[in-house]
Amino acid sequence: MEQYLSVKNINKYFGDFQALNNVSFNVKEGEFVCILGPSGCGKTTLLRVIAGLESQSEGLINQNNKDISLLPPDQRDFGIVFQSYALFPNLSVKNNISFGLKTRKQNKETIDKRVDELLELVGLSDHINKFSAQLSGGEQQRVALARALAPSPGLLLLDEPLSALDAKVRQHLRLEIKNLQRQLGVTTIMVTHDQEEALTMADRIILMNNGVIEQEGSPQDLYSKPETAFSANFIGTTNLFKAKRISENSLEINGSTLECKENIKDDLLTITIRPEDIKISKTGNEKNILKGTIKELEFLGSNIRGHIEVDFKSEKTNVICNFASEYILNNNIQNNSSVSISLQPHALKVVKA
Amino acid sequence: MKKSRDDYLTIFFISIIGIYILIALAFPMYAILSKSVENKDGVFIGFENYQSYFSNPALVYSIYNSLFISIITMVITISLAFVFAYALTKSCMVGKGIFRSIAMIPILVPSLLSGISLIYLFGKQGIFRDLMMGYDIYGPIGIIIAEVFYTFPHALLIIITALSIGDARLYEAAKVLRSKSIRTFFTVTLPSAKYGVISAAFVVFTLVITDFGIPKVIGGQFNVLAVDVYKQVIGQQNFEMGAVVSVVLIFPALLAFVVDRIVQRKQVAILTSRSVVHEPNKNKKFDLIMLIYCSVISVFILTIIGMCLYASLVTFWPYNLSLSLDNYQFDLMDGGGWDSYYNSIRLGCYTAFFGTIVVFTGAYFVEKSRSVKTGRSILHLLSMMPMAIPGMVLGLAYIFFFNHPDNPLNFLYGTMAILVICTITHFYTVSHLTALTSLKQIDNEFEHVSSSLKQPFYKTFFRVTVPISLPAIFEIGIYFFVNAMTTVSAVVFLYSSKTNLASVAVLNMDDAGDIAPAAAMGMMIFYTNAAVRIVYVLVTKKILVKFQKWRTKTV
Repeated sequence: MEQYLSVKNINKYFGDFQALNNVSFNVKEGEFVCILGPSGCGKTTLLRVIAGLESQSEGLINQNNKDISLLPPDQRDFGIVFQSYALFPNLSVKNNISFGLKTRKQNKETIDKRVDELLELVGLSDHINKFSAQLSGGEQQRVALARALAPSPGLLLLDEPLSALDAKVRQHLRLEIKNLQRQLGVTTIMVTHDQEEALTMADRIILMNNGVIEQEGSPQDLYSKPETAFSANFIGTTNLFKAKRISENSLEINGSTLECKENIKDDLLTITIRPEDIKISKTGNEKNILKGTIKELEFLGSNIRGHIEVDFKSEKTNVICNFASEYILNNNIQNNSSVSISLQPHALKVVKA
Repeated sequence: MKKSRDDYLTIFFISIIGIYILIALAFPMYAILSKSVENKDGVFIGFENYQSYFSNPALVYSIYNSLFISIITMVITISLAFVFAYALTKSCMVGKGIFRSIAMIPILVPSLLSGISLIYLFGKQGIFRDLMMGYDIYGPIGIIIAEVFYTFPHALLIIITALSIGDARLYEAAKVLRSKSIRTFFTVTLPSAKYGVISAAFVVFTLVITDFGIPKVIGGQFNVLAVDVYKQVIGQQNFEMGAVVSVVLIFPALLAFVVDRIVQRKQVAILTSRSVVHEPNKNKKFDLIMLIYCSVISVFILTIIGMCLYASLVTFWPYNLSLSLDNYQFDLMDGGGWDSYYNSIRLGCYTAFFGTIVVFTGAYFVEKSRSVKTGRSILHLLSMMPMAIPGMVLGLAYIFFFNHPDNPLNFLYGTMAILVICTITHFYTVSHLTALTSLKQIDNEFEHVSSSLKQPFYKTFFRVTVPISLPAIFEIGIYFFVNAMTTVSAVVFLYSSKTNLASVAVLNMDDAGDIAPAAAMGMMIFYTNAAVRIVYVLVTKKILVKFQKWRTKTV
């Protein structure tokens, strides 16, 4: 597939503050990319630079083989949905959607047909004459989406489009937007701070922190192969340890020696392991077994999250583990129960601090 | 970034409005400053005029007088208005709407009308002259009473706003913590209203020190700065000394303006926090006291305006008390006749129409356009300046600038156009702030959405921004109209025989001793403004609701 959008070495300063630091990435045609990160990481600034609503201090943006770096927003090709939706309150649903169609020398029938088509696409055909104050949050969101898509833009930009909605509506719309995007094949960039949203919707995630891209890759890669402590910690839940190298595939955490599958080179390391990769030792023959005491059990439905105080050799350290609820309940494991856990060697990963 | 067509249009419009304000404000102000350091032949003489001003004890004494009445009026008005506002916001007394309407009456009349009314009440032939116990109403006493009447609604509006932002959650917390109501007043009510009260105090101070009508009518031998400007220019034709007094008058007004802006900024910080509106609880004793208090104030206001109404209808005070419309036969008297009234209506309409367009468009660019950052800041700064310029000073500055023989805009002098320009400029800032407040409530992303949809900004402006802002636009129009009807200070230097105005006619008839017709003309202004206000309320209630269905949640 073609590179549809390429962003090269973008820097953005607000006074002394650097909001974007040498940001570069590409988006393929038809791809759904999520820019994910905590608030203040620069993700919204990046989206606004792509839209031309902010001008970058340095760097280039190329869209569809055309340099758009210096073009004002109205000469770029994109549709945008804001967190606030920004629906025009005094215009009906129909007039909101047709707002961008009017000056393109289209006759009334063509416009009406396009509006009907879009309303059907977002499932709001019955609401054509309503005003935004008369719609629910989810419906407003869909009108905003239809308005952005009306002129068939080459690029769709979504700025935290779901964060103002209830949890249930959010889950539903998540799927709907994803399906719509796939159906239309429109290249899409979405900004969000919600990792679950990014994991479920994106073809590819660009994870940002402090104005820098920390890591980019498919949702699976980001989860299972975090490159930095920040990535590991921001996506999902994880345990992080300081460790020392002993040999190529063994290391020491708080005095205890553990086996791992990595090719260790540095002397001082940061190690991560996901809670679900820590197992309760049943046979005593598993690798990397440590003893510990249950301090707290959180019931999460099918899983139970255990906060365990683990007796490493030199000091006790808290570790988070996920267990199947069934196992914990059947074996009558409670607070202050002693357990033996195994930190599986293949799950111990070296990340950049 | 490259400039789009929208950017060029924005630069074009900002420049036009900027040039307008330069011509209507900055150049005239420069003219008056330079005039104050010139002699009669236009030769630069440094601070000689100032030296002769400060060596004239009679003139310098006016500074003390002006400060004296301004500070006393400020203290009295703020105290009275605070309790009144407290009653309207924090009590459950009956008739709040009526009290509020009555309190707004002084805004609808020229300030000097209250002076005329006091002459009828406490003057040498006044109804209650015995209450004066030998003191003379002509002088500081009369000025202060009249100024309190005139400034009361201005202070009240600001303090009501300040008191109504008090957060209900704080009151609930105080209650749950069993705080006594007096303690709640000092720990919750007063701190949140503090900035509003300070701001109101400075507004009152500025209004009084720059007011010219009241001291002119009822000041007697008590000289103040604003009247000195008038006397120097109109009485003695000493324009240079008029300019000097004007510059002296700018200083306190400018100081008050700067302090007010600083305080207002802090007030906004309180406003933007998410507060819940506080609903007062019933308290029979407190509500009754407040009811009595508001009634007393309302009777005072109604007496002043009622006295004028009565005086305008009495055939020949105090000898023939039968009622007639003789005093409304303006064409039989000096002062401009009915034509001056019609001129005022024209001025009001033109000012409202053009003023609203200029102010709202200017505020739109300041608040909403993406590009031309510096231009927008300069425009905003220019828009804020008129508030610091007293009307007398602005009017005199217009003489110097527009009447200069070398000025290509000289043809405007003596026309209705210059009155319109002057009045728009005089009342620019408050309207600008009203427009800004309204525009700030509109989502900033609207402009971004339309540019992403490749629509020019003016389409969004006409189809979305203007319809949403209609209530504020009407509010600005009414404000311009009412003030154009009542203003005296700036236009008194600029009217010609063809463009005499009703408010100026009140002044001139009073000057000529035709006090009853002056009262009658003042009442004509009142009737007109009251009618416009009432029509406005009906329009917003009925017609706006019809055209603004989208504001309602139901289908």
